Amino acid sequence: MAKDSKVRHGALIAAPWVALVVLWYGIRESGLFNPALVPAPHAVFAKFGELIQGRLPNDMLMSTRRVVTGVLLGITVAVPVGFCLGWYKGLRTFVDPVINFFRALPPIALIPLVIVYFGIGETAKTVILFYASFFAGVIVMYEGIAQVNPIYVKVSRTLGATDMEIFARVIVPLTVPHILTAVRVALGVAWATLVAAELIAAQQGLGAMIQDASAFFQLDTIYVGIICIGSIALLMDMLLRLATRKLVAWQERIA
Amino acid sequence: MNGPRIRFQDVAVDFPTDRGPMRVLDGVSFDVHEGEFVSIIGPSGCGKTTILNIIGGFLNPSSGQVLLDDRPVAGPGPDRGVIFQEYGVFPWLTVRDNIEFGLKLGASRVAPAERDAVVSRYMGLMGLADFADHFPKHLSGGMRQRLAIARAYAVRPEFLLMDEPFGALDAQTRSAMQDLLLEVLQAEKKTVILITHSVDEAIYLSSRIIVVTARPARIRTIIEVPFGYPRADAVHEHPQFTELRTRIRDLVMHEYQAQANQAVRHSE
Ligand SMILES: Nc1ncnc2c1ncn2[C@@H]1O[C@H](COP(=O)(O)OP(=O)(O)OP(=O)(O)O)[C@@H](O)[C@H]1O
Ligand SMILES: [Mg+2]
Repeated sequence: MAKDSKVRHGALIAAPWVALVVLWYGIRESGLFNPALVPAPHAVFAKFGELIQGRLPNDMLMSTRRVVTGVLLGITVAVPVGFCLGWYKGLRTFVDPVINFFRALPPIALIPLVIVYFGIGETAKTVILFYASFFAGVIVMYEGIAQVNPIYVKVSRTLGATDMEIFARVIVPLTVPHILTAVRVALGVAWATLVAAELIAAQQGLGAMIQDASAFFQLDTIYVGIICIGSIALLMDMLLRLATRKLVAWQERIA
Repeated sequence: MNGPRIRFQDVAVDFPTDRGPMRVLDGVSFDVHEGEFVSIIGPSGCGKTTILNIIGGFLNPSSGQVLLDDRPVAGPGPDRGVIFQEYGVFPWLTVRDNIEFGLKLGASRVAPAERDAVVSRYMGLMGLADFADHFPKHLSGGMRQRLAIARAYAVRPEFLLMDEPFGALDAQTRSAMQDLLLEVLQAEKKTVILITHSVDEAIYLSSRIIVVTARPARIRTIIEVPFGYPRADAVHEHPQFTELRTRIRDLVMHEYQAQANQAVRHSE
């Protein structure tokens, strides 16, 4: 019985992916596009097998490392800044417009400037990803903090808590879910930004691999690159969701 | 120390609204002495929670003053345990950790070695022992209310300020919680202010009952309850109890009437 439902669960998860592959074959066979422009899934899979013995592992590692570094740095700064903005209303009123201005700028638009100032090395990528993660994270943090129900602070005071104790025992635990959300949002933005940055200027990384392949019209390699990006991003998100479920088991949620 | 422990002196509170200041308390004066149990009863929205917020140290009067042991109230503190109308149980802590919260603070007067015993005691008394490791999201409304009560009792405050603490409980649990409160008070001397909508509850528990008017809250009458402590359930059948009940009900009904009339006047 339990095994049965597990099988069904697995089938449910696999179903949309199978459908996607079927759709992919369908489009290829439909004649909508020149079949030469749409590599078959099995061809892409074969290419993956070939690349994984070549440059692919290093490219995946480079991209992942850049994203993780950028997000870690961005969130590390975003958490205290977001906290201050959420906690001190006065600060928020005049810092808010500035933050929103920078947040509205797509990080990709800043890539040319970053290249001018930081070159095309790892520093440039870290800077741009830091930027992307910071502004994505800071907004999530401060909205979260600003919504902390004041009753918890009131109760703590009547139990004798000092400001420091309230911070450590009430605000921090209430902040954890927001930090996790901030990381998830930042990861999404960071992947998008990274690939753009690598497309423009990089020798290594999935974006660079895609760029190199497009120069030689190697469509199957481009597909491999895209699928790898999606898969790594998905994996990271799943890990974070798992962590969230463990860390904030106390939360009441609809889903 | 024979003076009153809590003293309201001609206290008024105005809240700012879109249409100018709204007076919520007006000329409120009363004293509460050591070991007294004072209930406040009055129509919904009249300003009872506001009175408690002032004693709790969360709100300053607009005029007049509130003295705690002859000194103006200066902020909240663990000497005054508050049971809030909206409970405020900590959702990120289990039942056990909620009760233990106050005991782990620097201000705690309970030795670390005693903590477990204190937590277990109140968890047991409140019928929460089976849920020790559950998060509040799994508790019913009444259980959350009992958890808030246990958490407040555990730090052993000198004052208990209770805002409709038994409101979400069924009649049986409510009566058990009332007896438990009396028991706790018998064992640990406390001065209590209780806000309630239940006339029976007020009479059963209090040494004095303050009836307040519709908003702005003024003191309508202060009634001495003629029964001593310890009290038993049998007091409910006492002829004087019935008499008091009728009298207080009339007073409260009258204030609700006044409130309704006010509302009609405002809508015209
Ligand atoms: N911080 C505030 N700012 C503005 N108005 C307030 C504030 N707190 C309370 N009020 C208003 O003051 C009035 C009295 O509120 P209070 O909470 O003291 O009533 P209450 O007697 O406790 O009512 P209930 O029995 O329903 O709990 C209400 O009309 C409420 O809207
Ligand atoms: Mg109230």
